[in-house]
Amino acid sequence: MSRTLTYREAIREGLDEELARDPNVVLMGEEVAQYNGAYKVTQGLWEKWGDKRVVDTPISEAGFIGMGIGASMLGVRPVMELMFWSFHSVAFDQLVSNAACVRYMSGGLCNCPIVVRGPANGGTGVGATHSHIPEGLFAAFPGLKVCAPATPADAKGLIKAAIRDNDPVYFMENTLLYGNSGEVPDPADGDFVIPLGLAEIKREGADVSIIAHGRSVIQSLAAAEILQRDHGVNAEVLDLRSIRPLDVDAILKTVMKTNRVVLVDESKPFGGVSAMVAMLIQEHAFDHLDAPIKRVCSIDAPAIYSPHIEHEQLPNPKRIVDKVLTLR
Amino acid sequence: MISATSSTLDFASSPINRSLTPARKIELFTQMVRIRRFEQAALKYYNGGKMGGFLHLYIGQEAVAVGTISLGGADDHFITAYRDHGHALAVGMGMNECMAEMYGKQTGCSKGKGGSMHFFAPDKNFWGGHGIVAGQTPLGLGLAYGLKYLGREGCCLCYLGDGAVNQGAFHESLNIAALFGIPVVYIIENNGYSMGTSQERSSAYNGCLAQRAEAYAIEWDVIDGSDLYEVRAKTQIAMERARKEHKPTVLEIDTYRYYGHSVADSRAKKYRTPEEIEDYKLNHDPITVFERRLIAEGVLTEELSKSIHQDAKNEAAASAKFADESPAPTVADISTDIYWESDHNTPASQIGHHFFND
Repeated sequence: MSRTLTYREAIREGLDEELARDPNVVLMGEEVAQYNGAYKVTQGLWEKWGDKRVVDTPISEAGFIGMGIGASMLGVRPVMELMFWSFHSVAFDQLVSNAACVRYMSGGLCNCPIVVRGPANGGTGVGATHSHIPEGLFAAFPGLKVCAPATPADAKGLIKAAIRDNDPVYFMENTLLYGNSGEVPDPADGDFVIPLGLAEIKREGADVSIIAHGRSVIQSLAAAEILQRDHGVNAEVLDLRSIRPLDVDAILKTVMKTNRVVLVDESKPFGGVSAMVAMLIQEHAFDHLDAPIKRVCSIDAPAIYSPHIEHEQLPNPKRIVDKVLTLR
Repeated sequence: MISATSSTLDFASSPINRSLTPARKIELFTQMVRIRRFEQAALKYYNGGKMGGFLHLYIGQEAVAVGTISLGGADDHFITAYRDHGHALAVGMGMNECMAEMYGKQTGCSKGKGGSMHFFAPDKNFWGGHGIVAGQTPLGLGLAYGLKYLGREGCCLCYLGDGAVNQGAFHESLNIAALFGIPVVYIIENNGYSMGTSQERSSAYNGCLAQRAEAYAIEWDVIDGSDLYEVRAKTQIAMERARKEHKPTVLEIDTYRYYGHSVADSRAKKYRTPEEIEDYKLNHDPITVFERRLIAEGVLTEELSKSIHQDAKNEAAASAKFADESPAPTVADISTDIYWESDHNTPASQIGHHFFND
């Protein structure tokens, strides 16, 4: 039996189940405990699990993320919330020099089973400092794993996989998805875990492949409906779900099926996830392409504040439809 | 630099030192000599072109690592920055694995993947070896947090240089350590220079660097790093405070770096006058000071000291030979020890691409 949960509730349920499963799992971050989470993802968990398992930290990202990394080397499994992934920059040394490299530099003697989670998105009128989208940035560091779920079910299944993984996993959520509802399997029907590295076709199609992750999947699905209704184009939408590990086979399979591809990525165009995916497609499926690979990214500028225009900077159904139509 | 010399106090009579057997005293002396001889050999072969990268020497600071680590129990843990050879040998790592790591060989403690700045031995409670100034200070906090979380009675000694005290990560760590009651002891090894910049030119402070701890309501102390007995006596108090009361401490151990920041330091010979160095060698070198002390106590003889030096020199030379003759890592080795799941060939590692080579 499935129930309908919001994306926020689904993550919370996943965290709650992992707290119950493993006494070494500890949630920490700014306002995660007594305040119930800045975005209420952790609502009720402090009340249920107490001070030891759900820990309020000071606004001190380098300090508490570094602390979690150190504790993880001893066997604790910290799940750390960044109130916004945008705040990664003040903890960058800990996130990339320590978490990503400690296993390698120790010749495999150390490992770092941490999760760092929080929203990573634009579109909420908070300006450039709070609107960074760093999944491509962190996926560029070997030693790290990155995922970005689009639906409540994926969010729950992936947060559970991330917590059980023995490597550092950076889990990118989205404030504009927290209130979205969707079907999530009932815990009574068994442990629901979605492995990292597994993409999913969210909409079957035959004419063009739209490949996306995170909220761009939702925008792509809306675009696909418009394409079908108004233009007779039957688009397939592939949700990457996980950025690293990346389901390269699923990417190539859909490209070989439709022979046309548009990549939708909330990152900026230079580098980033879609640049990597484009490289893989041209290398491994060049002969299957009937048109150049196209992309819809955020417009190449720092995130604009103005609520009047911000949505135009991000991938949205109209921009995606327009891009797909250039392939005809 | 504040002078921490406490000539009026004799720390040999502290309980933690009174309990030392003659054999244990010889062992501590031997450890310091082994570090000195190991590094002298490393310098020789570094200059001979046998190693890449940097070589940050610990010569002159040996009593800090040996004195503090000698106090470690089963659940006391250690983590330091890039000047890590002394700590590595003091926790019991072998000269062979350390020298081979510097040579970039497969037999190195990190299989040649870490280098001089990144030695690790988790089985000996030694968690590195970290290259970014003060980057290890939140990790030390976390190791101590982990001990408390897991209900283990122990503490973490987290070493940093005097140049690290101005990094934000250190201050964030101090705040959390005090706020959460974390059993961590921060040990500032103050050799007077933040790379090439003197303490006066790099840090603003009242009295001494450790005094900054007062702002976080953390206990602090200053220690003469040339006296192994004093290092042990004062560090023991901090470790007990951590283990029993879950309270952090900041210790500043006044020490001396004979050489430059690293061997690549072009200004290495410009820091100090020859007279200053000569005075230091005679009166403040921790090995000389402890040797004189043990001879006066009737524990050590000059002959025994000589043979300890000779044995350490031979051991270091043998480690260089071992390193030289060891195989280098292969190109295939570049791609292991990145993900735990991949190294263990788990089901999770089989799903999706983890690597993006040609």
